[in-house]
Amino acid sequence: MQELGVVVLAVSTDSRFTHKIWQEQELSKMVDGGVPFPMLSDAGGRIGAVYGVYDEAAGVDIRGRFLIDPDFVIRAMEVLTPEVGRNPAELVRQVKAYQHVVRTGEVTPSGWNPGDTTLTPGPELVGKVWTKWKP
Amino acid sequence: MADRKQGCVAAAAGPLAPSDAREVTAPATMQEVPRMLAKVGREAPDFEAIAFMPATGDFGPVRLSDHRGKWITLCFYPGDFTFV
Repeated sequence: MQELGVVVLAVSTDSRFTHKIWQEQELSKMVDGGVPFPMLSDAGGRIGAVYGVYDEAAGVDIRGRFLIDPDFVIRAMEVLTPEVGRNPAELVRQVKAYQHVVRTGEVTPSGWNPGDTTLTPGPELVGKVWTKWKP
Repeated sequence: MADRKQGCVAAAAGPLAPSDAREVTAPATMQEVPRMLAKVGREAPDFEAIAFMPATGDFGPVRLSDHRGKWITLCFYPGDFTFV
């Protein structure tokens, strides 16, 4: 993410003190040097509520990921119940795709990765996408 | 005596209304119902929260809009010391 110029912010309902100890006691043993990004405290869940990820019964923010562009517009979101973890590779793919879209004005078909065919929407492409791209 | 700003329970600013928004005058019961505002294609709801900053080992406020102009990934997760 750092290589792509993306700021990462992690948020849970834990206190900042718990974040510190988690980093020191566990995360630093999973990731060399610990995680580099700020760990925000959303005690009370007010931020999670605004983002639609606060579970009032459990009192926690469920797993939600939001990609925000430099104009402060939310481009993508993914929300999971707690049992299943995320796939960071898909986030990286989406970041690269959105950065390409913003840079070029082209659009990226299903499953696009850097180097794959992109499309330029326009009247002449209507009904002829098949000539440019196949799944 | 610890710095006041480093007290045990610090209320973060939480969600921030746009600066041009008028003061909400709805009854308290209505204010307690959170509205989901985050949508793709719309501006991200701004907020401020107190954070642990691994880069410095210190605590400090983080405002989402401080990072305007950059790509941002905001990751919510259920809790420290959980399993997944």
